[in-house]
Amino acid sequence: MLTTMNPASRRRRMTLLLGAVGVAALLAAALPELTAAGAAAVTAAASSATVDIDNFAFTPAALTVTAGTTVTWKNEDDSPHRIGDKNGTFKSAALDTDDSFSHTFAAPGEYPYICTIHPYMVGTIIVKPAGS
Amino acid sequence: MADRDDKDLSGAAKMNRRGLLKCMAWTGTGVVWTLSGGVPRTLGLIGGAAAAEAPQGALTFVQISDSHIGFHLPPNPDPSATLTEAINKIKAMPTQPAFLVHTGDISHLSKEEQWDDADQIIKSANKQVFFLPGEHDVADADNGKAYLARYGKNTKGKGWYSFDHGGVHFIGLINVFEFQPGFKSAGLAKIGDEQLEWLEKDVKGLSASTPIVLMAHLPLWTIYEQWGWGTQDAGRALGYVKRFGSVTVLNGHIHQIIQKVEGNVTFHTADSTAFPQPAPGTAPAPGPMKEVPANELRKYLGIRTVNYVRGKGAPALIDSTLIA
Repeated sequence: MLTTMNPASRRRRMTLLLGAVGVAALLAAALPELTAAGAAAVTAAASSATVDIDNFAFTPAALTVTAGTTVTWKNEDDSPHRIGDKNGTFKSAALDTDDSFSHTFAAPGEYPYICTIHPYMVGTIIVKPAGS
Repeated sequence: MADRDDKDLSGAAKMNRRGLLKCMAWTGTGVVWTLSGGVPRTLGLIGGAAAAEAPQGALTFVQISDSHIGFHLPPNPDPSATLTEAINKIKAMPTQPAFLVHTGDISHLSKEEQWDDADQIIKSANKQVFFLPGEHDVADADNGKAYLARYGKNTKGKGWYSFDHGGVHFIGLINVFEFQPGFKSAGLAKIGDEQLEWLEKDVKGLSASTPIVLMAHLPLWTIYEQWGWGTQDAGRALGYVKRFGSVTVLNGHIHQIIQKVEGNVTFHTADSTAFPQPAPGTAPAPGPMKEVPANELRKYLGIRTVNYVRGKGAPALIDSTLIA
């Protein structure tokens, strides 16, 4: 189930969040996106994060984000993979090489997931409350 | 290899250890192996006259596996071409098989056009084909609905079946729908309770002398847990067939031949017709061996002939590569 958030409330939360503890990880994830454009760009980039799929593994295997973040899985492997979480909250189609899948995490919590084609491939998205 | 002659080949059944070691040095160069009761014998180079001297049995069938139509990357941008070569090889067999079995991953991504291509190519063998799904065949949005609609007619549950041919009882098991996720224990495929209960009943009335062929896509023994190469509840399935005098387990999935003997049960994984995967644990991950050069690819691809000689119990298996 894809969840979306009102853009205005997301902006508010992101502003709060920028001053908060635990933002370091988010910023680190966003660093490749950083340009001289400054803080505005950081804010936008901070609401998304990426998990790479390669060599039959998710990197990072555990990703911590804040509520409202859109996580994108990109399949860079030579084999197809398919994302499915333990509780059936989100599920991708089979991702061929270079395909990707995104899901926005509205609710805080831990989301363990697997590749449903290769169930030994596991990962977790940890969603912290916005502004925590 | 140069000192091999036809006399050696016709005497293959009496092969001693020295001869066996000599044969082992030929692996990868297109040697035909037979395996009878767990004892490997060589029958000669593929395409050689000796290969045609395989014992003429009461029942011959061919296993093909992992055709992965739709795969498009190195080392095989055209798996339709190599599947066609495999089928042509079957068409050229002097003893025509009674039927074919495909042990899964017909398609790469569960797409109708990929199955269309595979069916079109396989159909040219003009044989009945018993299909099993691989995990790549149940990767559609509806979790296997497309496969079952297309290939699941006259099957039980989620595609499993059994049939008898030439006095041999064949069982097609499905181990691509259920799995144990790898969070706290090994991430492995499962057969599942409903199917296992069916299996128990299916074999109950059979005489212990009935030869059994147990087929499934993923291996029915744990070859390499770290890569998910096993089936979590396979032991229960094997428990139901252990009273039989001859059980032959045929699997695909790992794109290479690995064999094991356990009492009356012999386990055999098969080559793919599309691309090889690394030997267990020899690479960071499974997946296509993209480094294989184009002129070597066919050494890694192949088909398997299974030959039952009436009254001889275990069948002879002949694995042959696609190399000309």
